[in-house]
Amino acid sequence: MLEALKAVQSQLVTLWTVIQHTFSRADTVEYPEQKPYTPPRYRARIVLTRDPDGEERCVACNLCAAACPVDCIALQKAEDDDGRWYAEWFRINFSRCIVCGLCEEACPTYAIQLTPDFEYCEYNRQNMVYEKEDLLISGPGKYHDYNFYRLAGKSVHGKDKGEAYREERPIDVKSLMP
Amino acid sequence: MNDTWLDILIGNGLVIAILLVVLLSLAAVLIWLERRLLGIWQDRLGPNRVGPLGIGQVLADMIKIFTKEDWIPPFADRAVFILAPTIVVITMLLAFAVVPFAPGIGISDLNIGLLFFLAMSSLAAYSVMLAGYSSNNKYALIGGLRAAAQTVSYEVFMGLALMGVVILAGSFNMREIVQAQAANGWYIVPQFFGFVVFLIAGIAESHRLPFDLPEAEHEIVAGFHTEYSGMKFGLFFIGEYLGVILISAIITTLFFGGWLGPWLPPLVWFCLKTLVFICFFVLLRAAIPRPRYDQLMSFGWKVMLPLALVNLMVTGAVVLVQEG
Repeated sequence: MLEALKAVQSQLVTLWTVIQHTFSRADTVEYPEQKPYTPPRYRARIVLTRDPDGEERCVACNLCAAACPVDCIALQKAEDDDGRWYAEWFRINFSRCIVCGLCEEACPTYAIQLTPDFEYCEYNRQNMVYEKEDLLISGPGKYHDYNFYRLAGKSVHGKDKGEAYREERPIDVKSLMP
Repeated sequence: MNDTWLDILIGNGLVIAILLVVLLSLAAVLIWLERRLLGIWQDRLGPNRVGPLGIGQVLADMIKIFTKEDWIPPFADRAVFILAPTIVVITMLLAFAVVPFAPGIGISDLNIGLLFFLAMSSLAAYSVMLAGYSSNNKYALIGGLRAAAQTVSYEVFMGLALMGVVILAGSFNMREIVQAQAANGWYIVPQFFGFVVFLIAGIAESHRLPFDLPEAEHEIVAGFHTEYSGMKFGLFFIGEYLGVILISAIITTLFFGGWLGPWLPPLVWFCLKTLVFICFFVLLRAAIPRPRYDQLMSFGWKVMLPLALVNLMVTGAVVLVQEG
Protein backbone atom coordinates (compact mmCIF):
# COMPACT_ATOMS: atom_id res chain seq x y z
CA MET A 1 0.00 0.00 0.00
CA LEU A 2 2.82 2.38 0.97
CA GLU A 3 4.65 1.32 -2.19
CA ALA A 4 1.62 2.15 -4.30
CA LEU A 5 1.23 5.57 -2.71
CA LYS A 6 4.91 6.27 -3.29
CA ALA A 7 4.49 5.31 -6.95
CA VAL A 8 1.53 7.65 -7.33
CA GLN A 9 3.44 10.45 -5.61
CA SER A 10 6.40 9.88 -7.92
CA GLN A 11 4.20 10.30 -11.00
CA LEU A 12 2.58 13.45 -9.63
CA VAL A 13 5.96 14.96 -8.79
CA THR A 14 7.07 14.21 -12.35
CA LEU A 15 4.04 15.99 -13.78
CA TRP A 16 4.56 18.98 -11.50
CA THR A 17 8.22 19.26 -12.42
CA VAL A 18 7.38 19.28 -16.11
CA ILE A 19 4.64 21.88 -15.60
CA GLN A 20 7.18 24.16 -13.93
CA HIS A 21 9.16 24.12 -17.18
CA THR A 22 6.38 26.19 -18.74
CA PHE A 23 8.08 29.22 -17.28
CA SER A 24 11.71 28.34 -17.93
CA ARG A 25 13.57 29.77 -20.89
CA ALA A 26 14.20 27.64 -23.96
CA ASP A 27 17.73 26.28 -24.13
CA THR A 28 17.72 26.28 -27.92
CA VAL A 29 18.29 29.33 -30.16
CA GLU A 30 16.68 30.33 -33.46
CA TYR A 31 19.56 29.09 -35.50
CA PRO A 32 20.01 30.86 -38.82
CA GLU A 33 19.31 34.29 -37.33
CA GLN A 34 20.88 33.63 -33.96
CA LYS A 35 24.23 31.90 -34.29
CA PRO A 36 25.51 29.90 -31.35
CA TYR A 37 28.98 30.84 -30.10
CA THR A 38 31.66 28.43 -31.28
CA PRO A 39 34.97 28.67 -29.40
CA PRO A 40 38.11 29.23 -31.52
CA ARG A 41 39.19 25.63 -30.97
CA TYR A 42 35.76 24.20 -31.79
CA ARG A 43 36.19 21.16 -34.04
CA ALA A 44 34.11 20.95 -37.21
CA ARG A 45 35.23 21.47 -40.83
CA ILE A 46 38.61 19.91 -41.66
CA VAL A 47 41.49 21.91 -43.16
CA LEU A 48 45.07 21.13 -44.16
CA THR A 49 47.54 23.59 -42.66
CA ARG A 50 50.99 24.78 -43.72
CA ASP A 51 54.13 25.08 -41.60
CA PRO A 52 55.57 28.55 -40.72
CA ASP A 53 57.68 28.47 -43.90
CA GLY A 54 54.55 28.13 -46.01
CA GLU A 55 55.17 24.51 -47.00
CA GLU A 56 52.49 21.85 -46.73
CA ARG A 57 52.62 20.04 -43.44
CA CYS A 58 51.00 16.87 -44.73
CA VAL A 59 53.48 14.04 -45.28
CA ALA A 60 50.91 11.64 -46.76
CA CYS A 61 51.42 9.05 -44.02
CA ASN A 62 47.81 7.85 -44.39
CA LEU A 63 47.25 7.70 -40.61
CA CYS A 64 44.21 9.99 -40.86
CA ALA A 65 42.67 7.82 -43.54
CA ALA A 66 43.32 4.74 -41.39
CA ALA A 67 41.87 6.37 -38.28
CA CYS A 68 38.75 7.69 -40.01
CA PRO A 69 35.81 5.53 -38.82
CA VAL A 70 33.67 6.38 -41.86
CA ASP A 71 36.47 6.17 -44.43
CA CYS A 72 35.83 9.64 -45.80
CA ILE A 73 39.52 10.54 -46.29
CA ALA A 74 41.46 9.36 -49.34
CA LEU A 75 44.93 10.43 -50.47
CA GLN A 76 47.87 9.40 -52.63
CA LYS A 77 51.48 9.64 -51.50
CA ALA A 78 54.12 11.21 -53.73
CA GLU A 79 57.77 12.13 -53.18
CA ASP A 80 59.44 15.30 -54.37
CA ASP A 81 63.03 15.84 -55.47
CA ASP A 82 64.13 16.73 -51.92
CA GLY A 83 62.97 13.36 -50.61
CA ARG A 84 59.99 14.90 -48.90
CA TRP A 85 56.69 13.06 -48.93
CA TYR A 86 53.59 14.97 -49.89
CA ALA A 87 50.03 14.17 -50.92
CA GLU A 88 49.60 13.97 -54.68
CA TRP A 89 45.91 14.37 -54.12
CA PHE A 90 43.95 14.57 -50.90
CA ARG A 91 40.19 14.18 -50.82
CA ILE A 92 37.64 14.41 -47.96
CA ASN A 93 34.03 13.51 -48.54
CA PHE A 94 32.24 15.81 -46.10
CA SER A 95 28.89 14.17 -46.74
CA ARG A 96 30.29 11.19 -44.82
CA CYS A 97 32.45 13.02 -42.29
CA ILE A 98 31.10 12.80 -38.74
CA VAL A 99 33.47 15.45 -37.33
CA CYS A 100 34.79 13.00 -34.73
CA GLY A 101 38.29 14.54 -34.82
CA LEU A 102 40.13 11.20 -34.89
CA CYS A 103 42.06 12.29 -38.01
CA GLU A 104 43.34 15.34 -36.14
CA GLU A 105 44.44 13.15 -33.24
CA ALA A 106 46.13 10.68 -35.55
CA CYS A 107 48.05 13.30 -37.54
CA PRO A 108 51.77 13.23 -36.57
CA THR A 109 52.53 16.61 -38.18
CA TYR A 110 49.54 18.75 -37.10
CA ALA A 111 48.68 19.03 -40.79
CA ILE A 112 45.03 18.04 -40.54
CA GLN A 113 43.06 20.29 -38.18
CA LEU A 114 39.41 20.93 -37.40
CA THR A 115 38.03 24.48 -37.55
CA PRO A 116 34.95 26.13 -35.98
CA ASP A 117 33.10 26.38 -39.31
CA PHE A 118 30.23 23.91 -39.26
CA GLU A 119 28.06 25.34 -42.02
CA TYR A 120 28.89 23.54 -45.25
CA CYS A 121 25.57 22.60 -46.81
CA GLU A 122 25.34 22.11 -50.56
CA TYR A 123 22.48 21.49 -52.94
CA ASN A 124 24.64 19.17 -55.04
CA ARG A 125 26.06 16.22 -53.16
CA GLN A 126 29.20 16.13 -55.28
CA ASN A 127 30.08 19.59 -53.96
CA MET A 128 30.58 18.06 -50.53
CA VAL A 129 33.71 16.31 -51.78
CA TYR A 130 36.62 18.64 -51.01
CA GLU A 131 39.87 18.29 -52.96
CA LYS A 132 43.34 19.21 -51.70
CA GLU A 133 43.18 22.76 -53.03
CA ASP A 134 39.86 23.27 -51.22
CA LEU A 135 41.28 21.95 -47.98
CA LEU A 136 44.64 23.71 -47.90
CA ILE A 137 44.76 26.98 -45.99
CA SER A 138 47.61 29.49 -46.06
CA GLY A 139 48.32 29.55 -42.32
CA PRO A 140 49.66 27.21 -39.64
CA GLY A 141 46.31 26.76 -37.83
CA LYS A 142 46.43 26.19 -34.08
CA TYR A 143 50.19 25.51 -33.81
CA HIS A 144 52.02 28.62 -35.06
CA ASP A 145 55.67 27.60 -34.67
CA TYR A 146 55.51 23.91 -35.38
CA ASN A 147 57.56 22.74 -38.32
CA PHE A 148 57.68 18.99 -38.68
CA TYR A 149 60.74 18.79 -40.96
CA ARG A 150 62.85 20.87 -38.60
CA LEU A 151 62.02 18.50 -35.74
CA ALA A 152 61.95 15.14 -37.45
CA GLY A 153 65.06 13.02 -37.88
CA LYS A 154 64.41 12.17 -41.50
CA SER A 155 67.04 13.53 -43.86
CA VAL A 156 65.81 15.60 -46.73
CA HIS A 157 67.57 17.87 -49.14
CA GLY A 158 69.10 20.77 -47.22
CA LYS A 159 68.89 19.07 -43.84
CA ASP A 160 70.95 16.02 -43.11
CA LYS A 161 70.73 13.58 -40.19
CA GLY A 162 71.45 15.30 -36.91
CA GLU A 163 70.77 18.80 -38.17
CA ALA A 164 67.24 18.99 -36.94
CA TYR A 165 66.25 21.17 -34.01
CA ARG A 166 67.39 19.67 -30.67
CA GLU A 167 68.78 16.62 -32.45
CA GLU A 168 72.14 14.99 -31.57
CA ARG A 169 74.54 13.80 -34.23
CA PRO A 170 73.89 10.13 -35.07
CA ILE A 171 76.05 7.65 -33.13
CA ASP A 172 78.43 5.56 -35.16
CA VAL A 173 77.62 2.13 -33.72
CA LYS A 174 80.71 0.56 -35.27
CA SER A 175 83.10 2.87 -33.41
CA LEU A 176 84.23 2.47 -29.77
CA MET A 177 84.98 6.16 -29.38
CA PRO A 178 82.62 8.15 -27.14
CA MET B 1 -41.85 22.99 -30.36
CA ASN B 2 -43.79 22.45 -33.54
CA ASP B 3 -40.86 21.96 -35.91
CA THR B 4 -41.58 19.97 -39.01
CA TRP B 5 -39.28 17.06 -39.77
CA LEU B 6 -37.66 19.21 -42.46
CA ASP B 7 -36.69 21.87 -39.92
CA ILE B 8 -35.19 19.24 -37.70
CA LEU B 9 -33.31 17.72 -40.61
CA ILE B 10 -31.88 21.07 -41.74
CA GLY B 11 -31.08 22.16 -38.20
CA ASN B 12 -29.37 18.90 -37.38
CA GLY B 13 -27.59 18.87 -40.72
CA LEU B 14 -26.20 22.32 -40.04
CA VAL B 15 -24.99 21.36 -36.56
CA ILE B 16 -23.43 18.19 -37.93
CA ALA B 17 -21.69 20.06 -40.75
CA ILE B 18 -20.31 22.73 -38.40
CA LEU B 19 -19.20 20.10 -35.91
CA LEU B 20 -17.50 18.07 -38.63
CA VAL B 21 -15.54 21.07 -39.90
CA VAL B 22 -14.63 22.25 -36.40
CA LEU B 23 -13.54 18.80 -35.18
CA LEU B 24 -11.45 17.92 -38.21
CA SER B 25 -9.67 21.27 -38.25
CA LEU B 26 -9.23 21.07 -34.47
CA ALA B 27 -7.63 17.65 -34.88
CA ALA B 28 -5.20 19.22 -37.35
CA VAL B 29 -4.51 22.20 -35.09
CA LEU B 30 -3.82 19.79 -32.23
CA ILE B 31 -0.75 18.54 -34.09
CA TRP B 32 0.66 22.07 -33.89
CA LEU B 33 -0.56 22.59 -30.31
CA GLU B 34 1.02 19.35 -29.17
CA ARG B 35 4.35 20.15 -30.81
CA ARG B 36 4.43 23.65 -29.35
CA LEU B 37 3.48 22.47 -25.86
CA LEU B 38 6.02 19.66 -25.97
CA GLY B 39 8.57 22.25 -27.03
CA ILE B 40 7.72 24.50 -24.10
CA TRP B 41 7.86 21.67 -21.59
CA GLN B 42 11.11 20.31 -22.97
CA ASP B 43 12.73 23.79 -22.96
CA ARG B 44 12.69 24.02 -26.75
CA LEU B 45 10.86 26.40 -29.07
CA GLY B 46 8.88 23.99 -31.25
CA PRO B 47 7.61 24.84 -34.74
CA ASN B 48 7.42 28.66 -34.92
CA ARG B 49 8.42 29.50 -38.49
CA VAL B 50 5.33 29.16 -40.67
CA GLY B 51 2.92 32.00 -40.01
CA PRO B 52 2.27 33.70 -36.65
CA LEU B 53 3.41 31.44 -33.78
CA GLY B 54 3.98 28.73 -36.37
CA ILE B 55 0.27 28.04 -36.79
CA GLY B 56 0.82 27.75 -40.55
CA GLN B 57 2.62 24.51 -39.78
CA VAL B 58 -0.83 22.92 -39.73
CA LEU B 59 -1.37 23.89 -43.37
CA ALA B 60 2.12 22.80 -44.37
CA ASP B 61 1.65 19.43 -42.67
CA MET B 62 -1.68 18.95 -44.40
CA ILE B 63 -0.30 19.79 -47.83
CA LYS B 64 2.53 17.37 -47.17
CA ILE B 65 0.34 14.50 -46.06
CA PHE B 66 -2.14 14.99 -48.93
CA THR B 67 0.55 14.95 -51.59
CA LYS B 68 2.53 12.03 -50.21
CA GLU B 69 2.62 8.77 -52.09
CA ASP B 70 -0.21 6.59 -50.85
CA TRP B 71 1.38 3.17 -51.10
CA ILE B 72 -0.32 -0.14 -50.49
CA PRO B 73 2.16 -2.96 -49.97
CA PRO B 74 1.67 -5.83 -52.44
CA PHE B 75 1.68 -8.38 -49.61
CA ALA B 76 -1.11 -6.62 -47.68
CA ASP B 77 -4.76 -7.68 -47.54
CA ARG B 78 -5.87 -4.85 -49.80
CA ALA B 79 -9.56 -4.42 -48.90
CA VAL B 80 -9.04 -4.58 -45.13
CA PHE B 81 -5.91 -2.45 -45.41
CA ILE B 82 -7.92 0.36 -46.99
CA LEU B 83 -10.91 -0.09 -44.68
CA ALA B 84 -8.99 -0.09 -41.37
CA PRO B 85 -7.99 3.60 -41.07
CA THR B 86 -11.51 4.80 -41.86
CA ILE B 87 -13.04 2.90 -38.93
CA VAL B 88 -11.26 4.89 -36.24
CA VAL B 89 -12.26 8.25 -37.74
CA ILE B 90 -15.86 7.20 -38.34
CA THR B 91 -16.38 5.77 -34.85
CA MET B 92 -14.71 8.72 -33.14
CA LEU B 93 -16.81 11.21 -35.12
CA LEU B 94 -19.98 9.20 -34.41
CA ALA B 95 -19.22 9.24 -30.69
CA PHE B 96 -19.34 13.05 -30.76
CA ALA B 97 -23.03 12.78 -31.62
CA VAL B 98 -23.92 12.28 -27.96
CA VAL B 99 -21.65 14.95 -26.48
CA PRO B 100 -23.73 17.84 -25.07
CA PHE B 101 -21.71 20.93 -25.93
CA ALA B 102 -24.11 23.44 -24.43
CA PRO B 103 -27.84 23.68 -23.77
CA GLY B 104 -29.45 23.29 -27.17
CA ILE B 105 -26.14 22.57 -28.94
CA GLY B 106 -25.49 18.94 -29.70
CA ILE B 107 -26.47 16.44 -32.32
CA SER B 108 -28.38 13.74 -30.50
CA ASP B 109 -30.05 13.66 -27.10
CA LEU B 110 -29.73 9.90 -26.89
CA ASN B 111 -31.11 8.37 -23.71
CA ILE B 112 -28.31 5.77 -23.71
CA GLY B 113 -25.66 8.30 -24.70
CA LEU B 114 -23.01 6.99 -22.35
CA LEU B 115 -23.40 3.42 -23.62
CA PHE B 116 -23.22 4.72 -27.19
CA PHE B 117 -19.93 6.45 -26.40
CA LEU B 118 -18.51 3.27 -24.82
CA ALA B 119 -19.65 1.21 -27.80
CA MET B 120 -18.06 3.57 -30.31
CA SER B 121 -14.77 3.79 -28.47
CA SER B 122 -14.67 -0.03 -28.37
CA LEU B 123 -15.34 -0.26 -32.09
CA ALA B 124 -12.34 1.98 -32.71
CA ALA B 125 -10.19 -0.92 -31.54
CA TYR B 126 -11.14 -2.79 -34.70
CA SER B 127 -9.36 -0.15 -36.73
CA VAL B 128 -6.06 -0.81 -35.01
CA MET B 129 -6.45 -4.58 -34.95
CA LEU B 130 -7.44 -4.84 -38.60
CA ALA B 131 -4.63 -2.50 -39.61
CA GLY B 132 -2.13 -4.68 -37.76
CA TYR B 133 -3.58 -7.85 -39.23
CA SER B 134 -3.96 -6.73 -42.84
CA SER B 135 -0.50 -5.18 -43.09
CA ASN B 136 1.01 -8.68 -43.10
CA ASN B 137 4.03 -7.40 -41.25
CA LYS B 138 5.30 -8.81 -37.98
CA TYR B 139 5.69 -5.45 -36.24
CA ALA B 140 2.23 -4.38 -37.34
CA LEU B 141 0.82 -7.67 -36.08
CA ILE B 142 2.52 -7.25 -32.69
CA GLY B 143 1.10 -3.74 -32.51
CA GLY B 144 -2.37 -4.98 -33.41
CA LEU B 145 -2.17 -7.76 -30.82
CA ARG B 146 -1.07 -5.33 -28.16
CA ALA B 147 -3.92 -3.00 -29.08
CA ALA B 148 -6.43 -5.83 -28.82
CA ALA B 149 -5.17 -6.99 -25.42
CA GLN B 150 -4.89 -3.43 -24.11
CA THR B 151 -8.40 -2.54 -25.24
CA VAL B 152 -9.92 -5.69 -23.78
CA SER B 153 -8.25 -5.04 -20.43
CA TYR B 154 -8.90 -1.32 -20.17
CA GLU B 155 -12.42 -1.37 -21.61
CA VAL B 156 -13.62 -3.39 -18.62
CA PHE B 157 -13.00 -0.80 -15.97
CA MET B 158 -13.51 2.14 -18.31
CA GLY B 159 -17.20 1.25 -18.33
CA LEU B 160 -17.24 0.33 -14.64
CA ALA B 161 -15.66 3.66 -13.66
CA LEU B 162 -18.51 5.51 -15.34
CA MET B 163 -21.21 3.49 -13.59
CA GLY B 164 -20.62 5.48 -10.42
CA VAL B 165 -21.63 8.63 -12.30
CA VAL B 166 -24.65 6.83 -13.71
CA ILE B 167 -25.72 5.72 -10.22
CA LEU B 168 -25.45 9.27 -8.90
CA ALA B 169 -27.20 10.90 -11.85
CA GLY B 170 -29.70 8.09 -12.38
CA SER B 171 -29.38 8.38 -16.14
CA PHE B 172 -27.31 7.33 -19.13
CA ASN B 173 -28.22 10.56 -20.88
CA MET B 174 -25.26 12.92 -21.03
CA ARG B 175 -27.45 16.02 -20.91
CA GLU B 176 -29.25 14.80 -17.81
CA ILE B 177 -25.92 13.94 -16.19
CA VAL B 178 -24.79 17.55 -16.65
CA GLN B 179 -28.10 18.84 -15.31
CA ALA B 180 -27.76 16.54 -12.28
CA GLN B 181 -24.34 18.13 -11.67
CA ALA B 182 -25.94 21.57 -11.76
CA ALA B 183 -28.09 20.44 -8.82
CA ASN B 184 -25.57 18.34 -6.85
CA GLY B 185 -22.15 19.82 -7.70
CA TRP B 186 -19.52 18.44 -10.03
CA TYR B 187 -19.01 14.69 -9.86
CA ILE B 188 -15.23 15.05 -9.57
CA VAL B 189 -15.78 15.31 -5.79
CA PRO B 190 -17.96 12.24 -5.05
CA GLN B 191 -16.50 10.26 -7.96
CA PHE B 192 -12.82 11.14 -7.62
CA PHE B 193 -11.63 7.54 -7.97
CA GLY B 194 -14.04 6.99 -10.83
CA PHE B 195 -12.46 10.02 -12.52
CA VAL B 196 -8.92 8.73 -11.99
CA VAL B 197 -9.75 5.28 -13.34
CA PHE B 198 -11.62 6.71 -16.32
CA LEU B 199 -8.80 9.12 -17.11
CA ILE B 200 -6.23 6.33 -17.15
CA ALA B 201 -8.49 4.05 -19.16
CA GLY B 202 -9.17 6.92 -21.55
CA ILE B 203 -5.47 7.42 -22.18
CA ALA B 204 -5.14 3.71 -22.87
CA GLU B 205 -8.19 3.75 -25.14
CA SER B 206 -6.88 6.57 -27.31
CA HIS B 207 -3.42 4.91 -27.43
CA ARG B 208 -1.71 8.02 -26.16
CA LEU B 209 1.53 8.09 -24.27
CA PRO B 210 2.35 6.68 -21.78
CA PHE B 211 0.06 3.86 -22.96
CA ASP B 212 0.94 3.94 -26.66
CA LEU B 213 2.29 0.40 -26.68
CA PRO B 214 0.44 -0.56 -29.89
CA GLU B 215 2.63 1.89 -31.78
CA ALA B 216 5.69 2.05 -29.51
CA GLU B 217 8.25 3.50 -31.91
CA HIS B 218 11.22 2.39 -29.87
CA GLU B 219 10.31 -1.28 -29.85
CA ILE B 220 8.13 -2.18 -32.84
CA VAL B 221 8.94 0.43 -35.54
CA ALA B 222 5.53 2.14 -35.65
CA GLY B 223 3.33 -0.71 -34.51
CA PHE B 224 0.05 -1.17 -36.29
CA HIS B 225 0.60 1.64 -38.83
CA THR B 226 4.10 0.58 -39.88
CA GLU B 227 2.99 -0.06 -43.46
CA TYR B 228 0.74 2.98 -43.79
CA SER B 229 1.67 6.14 -45.62
CA GLY B 230 0.06 9.25 -47.03
CA MET B 231 -3.51 10.05 -46.14
CA LYS B 232 -4.22 6.57 -44.69
CA PHE B 233 -1.59 7.28 -42.07
CA GLY B 234 -3.13 10.74 -41.77
CA LEU B 235 -6.48 9.17 -40.94
CA PHE B 236 -4.93 7.20 -38.07
CA PHE B 237 -3.37 10.43 -36.87
CA ILE B 238 -6.65 12.34 -37.06
CA GLY B 239 -8.42 9.44 -35.36
CA GLU B 240 -5.94 9.56 -32.50
CA TYR B 241 -6.41 13.29 -32.01
CA LEU B 242 -10.18 12.96 -32.31
CA GLY B 243 -9.92 10.34 -29.56
CA VAL B 244 -8.03 12.79 -27.38
CA ILE B 245 -10.68 15.48 -27.96
CA LEU B 246 -13.45 12.95 -27.34
CA ILE B 247 -12.04 11.63 -24.06
CA SER B 248 -11.41 15.20 -22.89
CA ALA B 249 -14.96 16.21 -23.79
CA ILE B 250 -16.41 13.16 -22.01
CA ILE B 251 -14.33 13.81 -18.89
CA THR B 252 -15.56 17.42 -18.93
CA THR B 253 -19.15 16.32 -19.34
CA LEU B 254 -19.19 13.57 -16.74
CA PHE B 255 -16.92 14.87 -14.00
CA PHE B 256 -16.45 18.62 -14.47
CA GLY B 257 -19.97 19.81 -15.05
CA GLY B 258 -19.93 20.10 -18.83
CA TRP B 259 -21.04 23.57 -19.85
CA LEU B 260 -21.72 24.73 -16.27
CA GLY B 261 -19.84 27.77 -15.05
CA PRO B 262 -20.36 31.41 -14.10
CA TRP B 263 -20.12 34.58 -16.29
CA LEU B 264 -18.96 33.04 -19.57
CA PRO B 265 -21.37 31.50 -22.11
CA PRO B 266 -21.89 27.73 -21.65
CA LEU B 267 -20.18 26.76 -24.91
CA VAL B 268 -17.05 28.70 -23.93
CA TRP B 269 -16.93 26.93 -20.58
CA PHE B 270 -17.22 23.57 -22.27
CA CYS B 271 -14.44 24.35 -24.75
CA LEU B 272 -12.16 25.75 -22.04
CA LYS B 273 -12.55 22.70 -19.81
CA THR B 274 -11.99 20.38 -22.74
CA LEU B 275 -8.88 22.32 -23.76
CA VAL B 276 -7.42 21.92 -20.28
CA PHE B 277 -7.75 18.14 -20.57
CA ILE B 278 -6.29 18.12 -24.07
CA CYS B 279 -3.28 19.98 -22.67
CA PHE B 280 -3.12 17.47 -19.84
CA PHE B 281 -2.88 14.66 -22.41
CA VAL B 282 0.08 16.45 -23.98
CA LEU B 283 1.63 16.97 -20.55
CA LEU B 284 1.44 13.23 -19.91
CA ARG B 285 3.30 12.66 -23.16
CA ALA B 286 5.96 15.19 -22.17
CA ALA B 287 6.45 13.83 -18.66
CA ILE B 288 5.80 10.12 -18.22
CA PRO B 289 7.74 7.28 -19.85
CA ARG B 290 6.05 4.25 -21.37
CA PRO B 291 5.65 1.21 -19.09
CA ARG B 292 6.63 -2.31 -20.08
CA TYR B 293 3.83 -4.37 -21.58
CA ASP B 294 3.40 -6.76 -18.64
CA GLN B 295 3.43 -3.76 -16.29
CA LEU B 296 0.61 -2.23 -18.31
CA MET B 297 -1.43 -5.44 -18.06
CA SER B 298 -0.86 -6.10 -14.37
CA PHE B 299 -1.56 -2.43 -13.59
CA GLY B 300 -4.87 -2.69 -15.41
CA TRP B 301 -6.09 -5.94 -13.92
CA LYS B 302 -4.57 -5.77 -10.43
CA VAL B 303 -4.93 -2.07 -9.58
CA MET B 304 -7.43 -0.33 -11.80
CA LEU B 305 -10.10 -3.03 -11.96
CA PRO B 306 -10.33 -3.54 -8.17
CA LEU B 307 -10.31 0.23 -7.69
CA ALA B 308 -13.18 0.64 -10.15
CA LEU B 309 -15.15 -2.16 -8.48
CA VAL B 310 -14.65 -0.79 -4.97
CA ASN B 311 -15.62 2.68 -6.19
CA LEU B 312 -18.77 1.28 -7.78
CA MET B 313 -19.79 -0.68 -4.66
CA VAL B 314 -19.16 2.20 -2.26
CA THR B 315 -21.08 4.61 -4.49
CA GLY B 316 -23.96 2.18 -4.74
CA ALA B 317 -24.00 1.63 -0.96
CA VAL B 318 -23.93 5.37 -0.22
CA VAL B 319 -26.78 6.04 -2.65
CA LEU B 320 -28.81 3.19 -1.16
CA VAL B 321 -28.31 4.49 2.40
CA GLN B 322 -29.18 8.06 1.39
CA GLU B 323 -32.37 6.98 -0.30
CA GLY B 324 -33.00 4.84 2.80
